[in-house]
Parts: sequence; structure tokens; C-alpha cells
Amino acid sequence: FVGVFTVFRGLSAVSTCSQSCSANPTLTTLFIFNAAMKNSDSMGVNTIHWFRKGLRLHDNPALRDSIRGTDTLRCIYILDPWFAGSSSVGINRWRFLLHCLEDLDASLRKLNSRLFVIRGQPTDVFPRLFREWNIARLSYEYDSEPFGKERDAAIQKLASEAGVEVTVRISHTLYNLDKIIELNDGQPPLTYKRFQAIINQMDAVELPAETIISKVIKNCTTPITHDHDDKFGVPSLEELGFETEGLSTAVWPGGETEALMRLERHLERKAWVANFERPRMNSNSLLAAPTGLSPYLRFGCLSCRLFYFKLTDLYKKVKKNSTPPLSLYGQLLWREFFYTTATNNPCFDKMEGNPVCLQIPWDRNPEALAKWAEGQTGYPWIDAIMTQLRQEGWIHHLARHAVACFLTRGDLWISWEEGMKVFEELLLDADWSVNAGSWMWLSCSSFFQQFFHCYCPVGFGRRTDPSGDYIRRYLPVLRGFPAKYIYDPWNAPEDVQKAAKCIIGTNYPRPMVNHAEASRVNIERMKQIYQQLSCYKGLVISVSSSYGESSRDQASLRFACTRASQRTLPQGPLFIG
Amino acid sequence: MKRGLQENEQEEGGGPSGGYQKSIKWSTKQDGEKELEEQGASWECLPQEILLHIFQYLPLLDRAFASLVCRGWNQAFHMPELWRCFEFELNQPASSYLKATHPELIKQIIKKHSNHLQYVSFKVDSSRESAEAACNILSQLVNCSLKTLGLISTARPSFMEMPKSHFISALTVVFVNSKSLSSLKIDDTPVDDPSLKVLVANNSDTLKLLKMSSCPHVSPAGIMCVADQCHGLRELALNYHLLSDELLIALSSEKHVHLEHLRIDVVSENPGQQFHTIKKSSWDAMVRHSPKFNLVMYFYLYEEEFDPFFRDEIPVTHLYFGRSVSKDVLGRVGLTCPRLVELVVCANGLRPLDEELIRIAQRCTQLSAIGLGECEVSCSAFVEFVKMCGDRLKQLSIMEEVLVPDHRYELDDIHWEVSKHLGRVWFPDMMPTW
Repeated sequence: FVGVFTVFRGLSAVSTCSQSCSANPTLTTLFIFNAAMKNSDSMGVNTIHWFRKGLRLHDNPALRDSIRGTDTLRCIYILDPWFAGSSSVGINRWRFLLHCLEDLDASLRKLNSRLFVIRGQPTDVFPRLFREWNIARLSYEYDSEPFGKERDAAIQKLASEAGVEVTVRISHTLYNLDKIIELNDGQPPLTYKRFQAIINQMDAVELPAETIISKVIKNCTTPITHDHDDKFGVPSLEELGFETEGLSTAVWPGGETEALMRLERHLERKAWVANFERPRMNSNSLLAAPTGLSPYLRFGCLSCRLFYFKLTDLYKKVKKNSTPPLSLYGQLLWREFFYTTATNNPCFDKMEGNPVCLQIPWDRNPEALAKWAEGQTGYPWIDAIMTQLRQEGWIHHLARHAVACFLTRGDLWISWEEGMKVFEELLLDADWSVNAGSWMWLSCSSFFQQFFHCYCPVGFGRRTDPSGDYIRRYLPVLRGFPAKYIYDPWNAPEDVQKAAKCIIGTNYPRPMVNHAEASRVNIERMKQIYQQLSCYKGLVISVSSSYGESSRDQASLRFACTRASQRTLPQGPLFIG
Repeated sequence: MKRGLQENEQEEGGGPSGGYQKSIKWSTKQDGEKELEEQGASWECLPQEILLHIFQYLPLLDRAFASLVCRGWNQAFHMPELWRCFEFELNQPASSYLKATHPELIKQIIKKHSNHLQYVSFKVDSSRESAEAACNILSQLVNCSLKTLGLISTARPSFMEMPKSHFISALTVVFVNSKSLSSLKIDDTPVDDPSLKVLVANNSDTLKLLKMSSCPHVSPAGIMCVADQCHGLRELALNYHLLSDELLIALSSEKHVHLEHLRIDVVSENPGQQFHTIKKSSWDAMVRHSPKFNLVMYFYLYEEEFDPFFRDEIPVTHLYFGRSVSKDVLGRVGLTCPRLVELVVCANGLRPLDEELIRIAQRCTQLSAIGLGECEVSCSAFVEFVKMCGDRLKQLSIMEEVLVPDHRYELDDIHWEVSKHLGRVWFPDMMPTW
């Protein structure tokens, strides 16, 4: 006899079955009632799109390509709630991420789909999902970071074992980073100038992929169950273990919708100014702007390629079709530069074992580090910046230079790795490559930096915002100080301090270091390091003639420098001197 | 290492006590050994001079591994020539990420090689213990006749945090025993006048280099003693408060050799500090006596403290302003520093330095290196400056933010203009933007 095994989905199976039975009593039909969603899609192609970064529906070529010929589509995000509570990632970054996920979910709803937030670790989650949902395809955006590549290699292996086809597309960077490296003889360019030269030789940036709209997705369905929100809904901050009482509204709301709105505003402002130069720094620049885009680029709510092309179009319109200079894309190219330098270097975020990082004898000093991280250095400029960072999750790049210099080569002589970890916790746009790379740059640990200029924690702030309003905004305890003393309140006479209702040493800490002394000592230390690099050709502020030291002495000193530094000398002629 | 030896002994049933490692694949069989000996090509036949030469290229750790290969190589490892230079690294895990020189190795060196040591440096981290450990080692170097001694703080100046007497007594051991000290680096230490007297008493004929910036316990009289007696002194680094007209005259006396390098740190302890002046005639005497000497000056002053400086001509060649310096002072630099070779300005302010830079280009005809940090210069003036200096500018390190676009030049075309005048490709220094 002919037995027909029919698999039905949910309770609707019953009525269909009984009809076919009554129509053809010779058929033996086996009902497999599945609870919720098991094995509901054995017919047809079932696809998972895995969101990691790239939290958007515009310019998402991996998603677009995997939709073709798909019958069911599920967009997932994998999240380990245990990790949330114990990780070094702070509440602002989690909140931003959750906003992004909610926004994605809302956008998918408009397309009759939903976002599936899966709790767990990818290597555990995927085998289960492949089975349960009978998956034929998996797609995701390419992740260039070493940890990401390793994780994805493991997932690809699981996928091939399960017979799942994997679709990967590049859309988090403007270019294929491996091609950049190839053009530079197999090494990532180590100076920004060299990087720009290579970029000039690359093919044009690929156009952004079409946005996923109903038309694109019309042939796919998403199997959504009535308990979707319970099982796969976007968690709340409380569920992740955060205390939200007293939490102020987010200065930077996450999500693709917000990102695209900001992009329009950003371009409007540029067009209005009709000037693509770097804007002059004023006190307002320090505050979070509604046109700021960096966190959205980091999470992928905004496609860097979309931004690139919109900038290009605007420039051509305003400047009547002349070729845009590379400096127009400064923000994007720096990001690209650090991604490129990091992609093949798993030790990129460390000093030890990192071939591009100078071995500098930083101090271990947890107490001093804590004061810096908490905004308790006694230098209002530094403390205000760190306070803004902790409260809002973003600070202007010059503010970053100021606090990074203070922590490392300027004043505290603490390792850049520590600063990087604090930024990782607090800074919305910090991802592994860009954060580590920037810290190495700002601490003069790499990339052949000139180290002579040191940002003064009093003077630099005073020159940036003479009124002191930025300080008053983030350090209300210092509100009563006049502009004359607000950057160095310890110098204010007693009556001024009393009038300001803030006694230095009691209501606000005394400065934790003497900047003049500390910076003097530190520049000597940096000089010691750089003088030992036989390959260094920059300003050494008068190398002393090593009179009296034998050539053998020099030889032993040379061994003290990382041999790696010599290996990574840039090939091109672009390094000064 | 011991493990390696044991493995070999087990495998070969106990060979010579040194133990031959299987570093060469074909060397373990009896026949093989004979064959090699006949060819004269085995590693243990390498002459000691060649071994020595090779060992000199190896970092210490690799050399130490090599020394465990066989008795011959072990002997080579201990040859005096390999122990002329040593750098002691003293770090504590609580205060440093870097490894320290192994205490056992230090013991060995003191026991076996202290009389071989000639060029020694100590690198210490910011902990007091490291500084004290350095001094303990110094105190034991009684058989040493050092030519070079360097005490280098790699972070905070920890020599200043230890008991002064302990430091002085350790240093004195070296001064007394090494009668031919040529080069001495003791910046940021509590060295004092009496110990300088001891140094001079024992080493006045040989002392050529003395670096003692930021040694607060030394007085002008102390350094005068050095200048008066050490006529071979070619390099000197000290703080401005030790500089006097008498010192410069002493360094220019007939008995004195040509000075090559004089470094002066001008550091303000408290805002509003007054600094003494040096007469132009004293500087003139220096230049007459040592026409080619480098005068390197580091200024760490508050803006209002520059009054006494750059009023008269001064033969400074390398000038570094570590803090904000006013437009006015930079203007005076152009007028008073004809020998200027290198200029670095950490910060200035928000008024353009156009005139001042042009004047420096005109008057400082030897200028070959310039670095500008937090300053402002209009693009036109900058191009003019570069044009005037031409290709004598070997180092041009300008932060991107310094250059202010004007009606003639945008930021994007300035690097092309400047490259043209320099004769090489040039870009300003950039900082990452987000």
C-alpha cells in the first residue's frame, strides 16, 4: 500500500487532513503534529540571515542575495545574556544595541517578518537551528576582525556539516580589505599616507545594494508563532541584568531609522555650509550633535558605502562636478585604515606579541587608572570629558586625544591597553580594530608617530572652550568658578573657591600629577624608546651624540628595541625624512 | 633547560656530561661523528673567535640557550668580551609589564664577570624596590672599572624615592673603583655635590660625557667643580639653575677641549618663577672656543616666565618648547637664534604665527627641522616659509590642524605646493578622526 507521510504545520493540519481522508479513504496519512515550529519547513528553501553588525536593511547584500529563491526567511541575532552582565561593555552600549534590534524588528514587521533574538553562543545555537528549522542557507555580512573570522570559520564548518549553503558579502567596509593588503605587497599599510596612496589605486567603491523592501522579499515568508515575543523578542536592559532606575534618556538613540535620519541632517548641514573643510573647533563641537554618525557606522545601522556615495553626490553638486579629494571621506578612511591594519593581526589589541606595537615600559598603576576612568584626576578638562563619555557614550575626537594623551605618554604613563578597555566599555563607536588602533596611535606606540606634541590638560581645554561652559555642564560642582580659574581651580585664591562653594581638596580633588613635571619626564622616556629604534627617522629633538659609548654598547641597546619594529618599516617613500 | 639535558642523556644512554643536543639531524651516530670529524666540519670544532663573533649578534637569552649545548659553547658564553656591555633591567610585576633580568643571572654576573664589565646601564621601573635593587648591584661592583654607567628610569624617577644615602654610597663605590669613567648618565637621581667631588677626584682625566638633568641636590658650585677639573668633557646635560656665566667661561677655558654638546633643561617648579640671565659675553666665549657645539634647550615654562629669555643673541641650535609659548617669544626667537637648527613648538594658541615663522626662515639660515603642534599658521604663510627654507628642511612635522586654509590655498592643495618646494612628497601629520 501507499503510505503518504504528510507533515503539517500546527493545528491547521487537522482540518486539511480530514478532508483528504474523506476524499480518498485508501490513503494512510500519518499526522505529525508539531508543537510550535518543529520541522514545519521541510519543503522549500529555508534561510537564516545572521545579523552581527550590519544592523540594517539598506545596503545588505548578504541578505539580499540569500533571499533569492528562498521560501522562508528568518533574521536572527544571537545574544548571550550571561555575557552581558559580566562583560566589560557598559549600559550605554547595550542600550544602543537593543535600540538597533528593536528598530530592525519594527522594520521587519512592516515586511511581514520579525527579528529572532536567540539566546546563547553561535556554536551551540546553529546546529540546533539548522536542525529545527531545516535550514538550507545561511547568510551574514563579512566580519574582518580576527576573532570574527575565527568564529565564522567555525560556523562555516558546522554549516557544511549540516549541508547548509553559506552566503557572505562585504558591506561593513568600503573595500575588500584583503585586496588593499595585496596591493601593498601582502602587508597592511602602516602609515595613513601610504594607505591613501593604495586607496587611490583601488577600483571604485561598490554601490550599495538595494534596500530590502516588500518587493524584494515578497516571495518569502517568515514562520512566526504566537509566542514569538517570549521566545525571540528583543530583551530589555533589566532582563540583561542592568539597573535602569535613574537612567537618563539616551543621547544617542540606536537603530537604522535614526541613522538614516541623521545622515540626511548631516548632509543638509554640509550643503548649507557649502564647505567641506574640517569645521573649526568651538565649544559646541564638544557636545553630541544630532548629525553625529560614528556609533551608527560602528553597529552598521548606517552603511559606510551609502554615506560614501551620498557625500560624493553632494560634493559634486555643490562644487559643480569636480573630483572629490580623499579628505572628504576622512572619517570613513580612518575607519578603513584601522580595519585593514587589524584584520590579520590577532594581537592587535595588545602590546606584547604585537608586531606593529612598540614595547614601551608603561607603568602598572590601578589606582591612577581608576581616577582617570572615573573622572577624578583633579583636572577639570580631563574629568569633564570622562564624565561625558560615561554619561552619554560619545566624545569629540579632540577630547579623545586629550584624555588618551593624559593617560599614556602625557601624564600618567599608563598602558594604552587600559585606556582601550575603558573606551570599549563606555564608547558607543569603539569596535575592536578602530579602538585598539586609535589608542596605539594616540599613545605613539605605533604607526611611526611624532611624539613631541603633548596636550596640556589645562591649556588645551582652555583654548578649545575659553568660557568653560563644557566643564560646568559635566562637572556641576565647578559651576561657580569663573572662566579664569575653571581649568586650574587649584590655583584659585581661597575666596574664589569659597564663593564657588567648592574647596579644592575637599569638594573636588587636587590634581593627581604635576603636569609640567610628568610631561617632562615622559617626553624623555619616549625619546629613550625612539632613539633606540635604528629605523626611526623622525624628529628626535636632538639625539645626543653617543660620545663615550662604544659601538658595542650601541649594539646591545639596539637589541633592546623590538626587532619587529624594524621589520615593519614602511616600503613607500612617504615617511618624513 | 635541565629537562632538555635529561632527555638527551636518556636517549643516548649518557654521553659526555655536557650533552649533545640533537640540533643537527645527522650527528648522533658513531659513524656519523667520525665522518664529520674527518671532514673537520662539526659544530664543536668552531674556533672560539668565530663563536664569539656569532654570540655577539645573539640576544642574551638566545646566547644563554646556546651556552647549554656543550662545554665549549659554555666557555665561549663566559668569555670576557661578551660581558663588556650589560643592561640590567629591574622591574617589579606590580609596577611593570616588562620582564626583569633574572636574579640568578645577576648573581652570576657579579660573581664571574664583574671585572669584565665596562659599559653598564640600569633600567628601572617606577618602583622604589627596583631603584634599590639597582643600587645593591652597584654597591657590589667593586672590581669593576667601568667606562660607561647609565642609570635610566623608564617611568617615574624611582631613584628619587629611595633613601639618598643609600644611593650616594652605591654611586660612590663606582666612582672610586672605576678610575676611567668616560660616560655617566645620572639624570633624575639624588646625586649631590660631595659625590660629584668624588667623581672628579677619580675620573677627571677620562670623563667625556655627563648627563645630570633634574638632579635637584646639585648646586652651581658642584657643577663648577666638574667643569674646572674635567677638561676632556665634551657633553654635558643639566638644568638651567646650575648654569652660570662662570660655568660657561670654565668650559671655554684654554685647557678645556671643544665642547660638543650642551643640553639645558629650563624647568619651572612653581608658576611665576624668576630665572637668572646669562650674559651674552659668556655665550660668545663658548662659541669662540667650540664653534661647532650643539646647544640644546628644553623649555618647560609657563608663558609669563619667558621674560629673561631671548633678549640677547644666544647660540642655541636645538630648541624645544614643551608647553605653550607665546607669539611674542617666538618672534624673539627669530631675532636672537641665528644658529638654530631644530625647532619644536608643542603649543601656541589661536593666533596665527605667520610673521614669526617667516622671520625664522629668514634669520635662521641653518634651520633644517621644525615641528609644530597645537598652533595655527595660515596656508599661504606656511608655503612662503617652506619656499624660503627650501630643501634644507629635512624634517617638517606639522600637525594637520595647524594649517588654516585661506584665499590662496585649501588644505588639499597645500601638500602639493609644499612637496614642490621641498623636493619630496610631504603630508602634514594626521590624527585619527571619528
